[in-house]
Amino acid sequence: MPDPRVRRPALLSRLASGYGMLGVLLLLAAFFSVATIQEQHREGEAAARALAPRLTRGAFPGATVVIVGRGGEADARFAEALARRVQGPTGPSAIVVIGDPATVRAALQRLAAGGAMRCVVATTEASAGIVADLLSSFPALTGTPVLTPAPYRWPTFLLPDNLRNVANQIAVIAILAVGMTMVIVTGGIDLSVGSLIALAAVVAASLVGGMGGESANTLAMVAAGAATLVMCGAIGAFSGVMVAHFAIPPFIATLGVMQVASGLAYIISEGRPVYRLPQSFVALGRGADPLLGIPYAVILMAALYGAAHVLMSRTALGRYIYAVGGNEEAARLAGVRVRHVQLFVYAACGTLAGLGGVVMASQLRSGAPTYGLMYELYVIAAVVVGGTSLSGGQGTVPGTLVGAFIIAVIQNGMNLTQVESYTQKVVLGVVILGAVLLDRIKQRGRGRRVAG
Amino acid sequence: MPSPAGEGAAAGLLRLDRVRKAFPGVLAVREASLEVKGGEVHALVGENGAGKSTLIRVVTGAHAPDGGGIEFCGRPVRWSSPRAALQGGIAAIYQELDLVPDLSVRANLFLGREGGALRFLAADEERRRVREVLTRLGVEIDPDERTGNLDVARRQLVAIARALLADARLLVMDEPTAALATAEVERLFAVMRALRGDGIGILFVSHRLDEVLAVADRVTVMRDGATLGTWQAFEVDRERLVALMVGRPLGEEFPKVRRSPGAEVLAVRNLSGGRVRDVSFSVSEGEVVGIAGLVGAGRTDLARLVFGADPMEAGEVLLDGRPVAIGSPRDAIRHGVCLLTEDRKGQGLVLGLSARDNFSLPNLGRWTRHGFVRRGEELAAFERFVAGLRIRLAGPEQPARDLSGGNQQKLLLARWLARDSRVLIFDEPTRGVDVGAKREIYLLINELAARGKAVVMISSELPEVLGMSDRILVMRRGRVAGEIREAATATQQQVLAMAVG
Repeated sequence: MPDPRVRRPALLSRLASGYGMLGVLLLLAAFFSVATIQEQHREGEAAARALAPRLTRGAFPGATVVIVGRGGEADARFAEALARRVQGPTGPSAIVVIGDPATVRAALQRLAAGGAMRCVVATTEASAGIVADLLSSFPALTGTPVLTPAPYRWPTFLLPDNLRNVANQIAVIAILAVGMTMVIVTGGIDLSVGSLIALAAVVAASLVGGMGGESANTLAMVAAGAATLVMCGAIGAFSGVMVAHFAIPPFIATLGVMQVASGLAYIISEGRPVYRLPQSFVALGRGADPLLGIPYAVILMAALYGAAHVLMSRTALGRYIYAVGGNEEAARLAGVRVRHVQLFVYAACGTLAGLGGVVMASQLRSGAPTYGLMYELYVIAAVVVGGTSLSGGQGTVPGTLVGAFIIAVIQNGMNLTQVESYTQKVVLGVVILGAVLLDRIKQRGRGRRVAG
Repeated sequence: MPSPAGEGAAAGLLRLDRVRKAFPGVLAVREASLEVKGGEVHALVGENGAGKSTLIRVVTGAHAPDGGGIEFCGRPVRWSSPRAALQGGIAAIYQELDLVPDLSVRANLFLGREGGALRFLAADEERRRVREVLTRLGVEIDPDERTGNLDVARRQLVAIARALLADARLLVMDEPTAALATAEVERLFAVMRALRGDGIGILFVSHRLDEVLAVADRVTVMRDGATLGTWQAFEVDRERLVALMVGRPLGEEFPKVRRSPGAEVLAVRNLSGGRVRDVSFSVSEGEVVGIAGLVGAGRTDLARLVFGADPMEAGEVLLDGRPVAIGSPRDAIRHGVCLLTEDRKGQGLVLGLSARDNFSLPNLGRWTRHGFVRRGEELAAFERFVAGLRIRLAGPEQPARDLSGGNQQKLLLARWLARDSRVLIFDEPTRGVDVGAKREIYLLINELAARGKAVVMISSELPEVLGMSDRILVMRRGRVAGEIREAATATQQQVLAMAVG
């Protein structure tokens, strides 16, 4: 007799429960893509590539190309690339004029004084207005054609720079959320991570300061970072001992640690931001790999998610973490060393909070006791939105990554669409409530299925 | 299908007509029809998964039916919630008693009936009514006692009292005797008979067929989501009911194979801790030692002490004659001692995790290299045991929560068998398990004994203890009150006399 209750749930509902939040993320991305479609103006080399054919196709025979830019790296690349393209053996000659309006005006004045030379001005959208103004003030140059690269329509949200920005913005929260996921899966919570960011940033900055300040070498910075991680790991382990050995509710234990860590950050920094860091200190937070331009912080985040996912799904320790959260007593009676597991997750969470603090100090090239304020709530929100149940035993690491990105995309998208920050808070709160509601509905569906 | 129970003179209190209830992917109740009269004790029996619990949840308003009709007191009804059903006159007494342990008996009885959150509670009036209703039930309980301090049996009586206070005309009880010892069962039955005399209808679900036949007026049998019919209790016997429930005749109920035990494996000397006081006993290879006693006699505490789940205060545990230090379940497991807990869902399984995860939990070390689980080896072992124990499941990833009671129990058994444990302690191994799975568990216990395992079996069902053990220890108030060396020739009276003292 086949047991009627052993059928698998339909594929669709499994997909919905497993990847529902990924769908939400994609919908959000699609929504903000459509909402931010607008005219985009090319800059740098892309602008030069778009403009060069129009100059070299012979529309302006014998004319001198005047490439005008207002300075800055993008304009320099634009001018350099365009000059290289138009000054072929058969092409027109080019004059590059780059600088503030006064410099440009002086250059144009020289051209105007030079007499009957035929000119064509090539510039980018950003400078076109000023160029037109300046030209009109020289009668000799009126009628000179001004060429700019044609604009195109494309979502601002999907510009590579913006996407990099989204990933970079969320990196710190996402790194912390890895540890928080493990803690929450065991049925705990760690409120101290926000304060640990501040403490880690201050300690790392102070240590670098003590090892030479702005002239500190790489080794000193690595040592300072490592010491900071060890310290934060020890603080996390302390929370773990409180929870595992003294049975203090995690909420209370970590609330206490949160206050202590925040206070220590203020004491160590004497309430002031710690500067005096070498320029190279920002490499971790602001640097990017030379090939694809992916920020190092994002690469670090991705590596941590990969490692944590393997830990949670492929190792015995990962299984124990789920078992402890699902039913602590049953886990203990199955021989799982419940206290070891709890100690581990809190120590890991603390270490990762420390790493987040170091990354943030690197991003901002300073360490201040005000860093990480309220971050614990964003981190918990990312974990919960990612489908991890606050009652423990359920949740995945990739889910948390999706949760973190949902929060980041909402924030970034609302910034791009000029939603003011007060409204952003309301929207974010509603999203968190929606995620928890979804979790509840899923659980209720499960409860109903228990028939007999 | 013949339904020999004729139309009685008493009016039908509850009438179910072809009730249907489906859950996503599962048709839990296909077609259920039955009638409960006022002043009748009506039993509902069937294997686990037959749809009994779902059906009574439909009756008590916890589930809305998908089809069919429900009539109560002659009127068609459709409850929106258990609360609505209670107001209509149907009260549910569930397996997991829904009383608030920290509140007094009185507060629990009036919970939700205070008549407006801001109305002052008339304490004296409440106390008077509580005493009245408890007297009617013939029990002595102080209305101001903290409910959590009462034992399970008394809590259940409080739940019944609450139903009476709500003027319920039909009581619906799911496994009311599952957690009760023999004497307490008798008291409950007396209460049920008294209520019947007052014209109240009682519909109850039970796996214990002897009890069903002892207390019920009529019995309805369910199989595979459908009711087969209703019989007068005096018309049927145990074998007939079992045959109806499983749809096939069952062999001998306790397939005990007796053999002479080998060398002593586990010995416990002067063990104290929790409720246990100065207990000594031993188990040998191939021997099944039954532990009987009333609920609260310390049987479970003893098992937990030996397994390292609770701290010992005194005494020692010896394996193969050598003292071993067992300070945690982990130690016990490493020494080859394992415990199948009585509370399968609370202490055995991690319900949200998959069947495979639950199977692997204590065994991961065997399939782990450098911290990584070798999932191929793990899955191979899992499937070997699933096939060997005939565990029915959709696949290794099915949550343990969704398995039936018998399959959950077999899954936990498989976990310990995979370790090749030498001492197996079973605490109520067949509680909440249907007849077919029960027999499989008995056969398995036999097989384990045949393979030279030392088995300790705690059970509240005397026929089971007598039928399956080689030797029986009877506990009373934390101590060993007596030992029966030849279980084969012992009687229930003998055991009970020792247990009650």
